[in-house]
Amino acid sequence: MRLTLHQRQIIWAYIFMSVALVFFVIIRWYPTILAFNVSFRDWNVFEGSGPWVGLENYQEIWQDAGKPRSSVTAAFSNTVRYVLFGVPSQLVLALAIALLLAQIRRLSAVFRVAYFAPYVTSAVAVAFVWNWLYQPETGLINQGLDLVGLPQQPFTKSPAQALPSITAVAVWQNLGFAVIIFLAGIQQIPSHYYEAARIDGANAWQLFWRITLPLLNPIIVYLTVLGTISYLRLFALVQNMSPQGTGGPLKSTTTVVLEVYREGFSSYKMGYAGALTVLLFFLILLITIIQLRFFSRRVEY
Amino acid sequence: MTTSVEIGTQDSLQIAEHFKPAQGRSRRRFTWTLLLAYLLLAIGGVCMVTPFIWMILTSVKPAPELVDFAFFPENPTLQNYLNVLNTSSFERWYLNSIIVAIISTTSVVFFDTLVGYTLNKFEFPGKNIIFVGMLGTLMIPTEMLIIPWFTMSVNWSWHIGYAQYWGIAFPGVITAAGIFLMRQFFDGVPNELLDAARIDGMNEFGIWWRIAAPLVKPAIAALAIFNFIGNWNAYLWPLILANSREFYTLPVGLSFFRGESTTHWEKIMTAASLASIPLLIVFLVFQRQIIRGIALTGLKG
Repeated sequence: MRLTLHQRQIIWAYIFMSVALVFFVIIRWYPTILAFNVSFRDWNVFEGSGPWVGLENYQEIWQDAGKPRSSVTAAFSNTVRYVLFGVPSQLVLALAIALLLAQIRRLSAVFRVAYFAPYVTSAVAVAFVWNWLYQPETGLINQGLDLVGLPQQPFTKSPAQALPSITAVAVWQNLGFAVIIFLAGIQQIPSHYYEAARIDGANAWQLFWRITLPLLNPIIVYLTVLGTISYLRLFALVQNMSPQGTGGPLKSTTTVVLEVYREGFSSYKMGYAGALTVLLFFLILLITIIQLRFFSRRVEY
Repeated sequence: MTTSVEIGTQDSLQIAEHFKPAQGRSRRRFTWTLLLAYLLLAIGGVCMVTPFIWMILTSVKPAPELVDFAFFPENPTLQNYLNVLNTSSFERWYLNSIIVAIISTTSVVFFDTLVGYTLNKFEFPGKNIIFVGMLGTLMIPTEMLIIPWFTMSVNWSWHIGYAQYWGIAFPGVITAAGIFLMRQFFDGVPNELLDAARIDGMNEFGIWWRIAAPLVKPAIAALAIFNFIGNWNAYLWPLILANSREFYTLPVGLSFFRGESTTHWEKIMTAASLASIPLLIVFLVFQRQIIRGIALTGLKG
């Protein structure tokens, strides 16, 4: 029997995709279903099973959230605060730096390397370096404050300053990525748009608000969604910058993922941790949908 | 067969062109604006680089000098490095990180390129379902899958002995994001070229391996570099899976190292340097390709 060319193509296509199909079914989709299943059970990870308990894990989370000084409430509200502090500052700073970089010619490559270096560094190493910079008395930043006559600050040692201090490190680490994307976007804008606007008498401020910013809209949406997701999943920095990795002081820095890790892999409350991950999934989904709805406007010129 | 189509290169060259500042603009307004741009970028650059410099300077200071408040070491020494290397398993953690990063990067480069090619160049029944099924996995945060993955790893004994290398690597051996990136890049490979090879009697695998894949080499290089960096720095999953010290990857080993040397900042900074300097060197060597690749993938995606 002779196969037609198209039939042979179909066979080749499935041969090429076979390993990937198996991978996506077994390593991605099956675990996704299992994750929901785990959240409805009193899961024992070493037996790979557990009795069905319905919504009990979710009820427990709900009850814990109602307790005073609850970890769950702290985790969710901190996570939202990381996003609210981190994403806008990251975007504004990155855009400013990219606009400056677009102006210069010499040393441009040097600056790009400097801004991007933290992005390729392990978050654990970054956390330790900043722990040392933030140290009371001996830390470089507090020494600098002493030098200019300002009072020393506790940074990660105080419940009020810890979360903004860690957010600042996250911004420092992720800034370079946004700078590079913005810069590429800025340099894709055809220069005759600017020339035409200048002939019409537009000033630099108008050029920025009327041309640069609207044309960067798709990139702003992309970086907002990506940035938000990464702040919603914050873990390594917090675990390595809070005392004993517990999200302290006084739960002021803990995140949803940190609580998942602690409940699941320190207390072995897998069902409970699983329910938390399901809630995180819906939180990410919800925020992403809202952002795509409200921030994407098609810009046509 | 000779051909001059090098798709990724063309794109990268375009991007490279974009990175050159518009000549007319920078020549027209010199002096204050430009000077201010350099000044602001330099201040920002210092903020980005100082933590790295401070990390390295601290690592070559003898312990008593840490309380001297001097920026530069008076008696620089490599003793800290010898101490850290002698008392920890850093060389083993390097090896583990390299093994895991190589397993996943090799696999990702092979399968993401192959599947991306298939989704771009082949017509077959079920294509849409497969496409959406792979794309959909991007919505699922990996944090939701860690409990199912851990359950599966325990079930198949991937969490003990040498199987831990596979256990750490398996979630990332094929990536949906990489598949879609490569799928985009194969747009630029002309179908006529592939048909010509078919008429010459080349089999489909040969066409992909010898003709199509070499044409998107720059894109493959970018994919490989990002994947290597991502896996090298991966933290949460290796932290959960690796259960014995000999199988920690660098970030995990580094994190546990802190617990053992609480306030010995010279040791912690030495460990952080050991963990981050190799990748920083890789970054400095490939900085052009990496930064172009980021810009390229950001604009494509």
